[in-house]
Amino acid sequence: MEQIRVGDFKVIDNCLMIRLPEEIDHHGAGLICENADKYLIRDEVQNVIFDFEKTRFMDSSGIGIIMGRYRKISCFGGRVYAIHLDRQIERIFQLSGLNKIVEVLES
Amino acid sequence: MKNEMEIIFDAVSDNESFARVAVAAFITHLNPTVEEMADIKTAVSEAVTNSIIHGYGNLQGCGRTGRACPPEQKEIHPGKVRISCRLENGILHIEIADTGRGIEDVEKAMEPLYTTRPDLERSGMGFAFMEAFMDDLEVESTPGEGTTVRMVKKIGIGEWIA
Repeated sequence: MEQIRVGDFKVIDNCLMIRLPEEIDHHGAGLICENADKYLIRDEVQNVIFDFEKTRFMDSSGIGIIMGRYRKISCFGGRVYAIHLDRQIERIFQLSGLNKIVEVLES
Repeated sequence: MKNEMEIIFDAVSDNESFARVAVAAFITHLNPTVEEMADIKTAVSEAVTNSIIHGYGNLQGCGRTGRACPPEQKEIHPGKVRISCRLENGILHIEIADTGRGIEDVEKAMEPLYTTRPDLERSGMGFAFMEAFMDDLEVESTPGEGTTVRMVKKIGIGEWIA
């Protein structure tokens, strides 16, 4: 159960790939942040890719996760990417201005 | 056609998904669009999360998932969150209320990107999302007594047409 909430993490070259869980809310956000930061420090990755393929729900806690990671890596020249956004998540990106700091990739 | 429901639950983060799914289930018979459903779930999630972490100070998962509590939180606040919904002529009225600490300056709290808890990596977009995703938003708060959020949204085609 906890595994599903936390998402999957994989380091490929200098990228951290995070497959986000089905629902992203405040309840699971803390653990996603903690885990992501572990990889950021341990593997010294430069870029982060958020994969929303499985994600069907996200509230403003998701914005916090992404902005937080962006702050941590952008000062070292790292970039944040997002893939597989559905329409609702795309709207949330636009509303929050997240699409200005995150590069949304067409998949 | 009129239909009402009310739920009261513990202000812990486990209940965030329960709350939004309960409201979503309540409106399914009105045939909402996927988008309307997502809007309502997001707005409910924002309001309930606010009550839990700001109203009662029950922070992320501590005490239940075996994670250490942040130093300022020794125990879980026993407070409750109350959601009442009323459907009338295809319009959904949601009231989400807590009896927590309340908000000193509601106007300030509603500013996008303003958050009192940057340490929790909150984005400060909660009220902005509620405002954007619902047709109307009203926030009433008394410091020390609690906060009530009222939201209104018109759903789909209105009355059910068989």
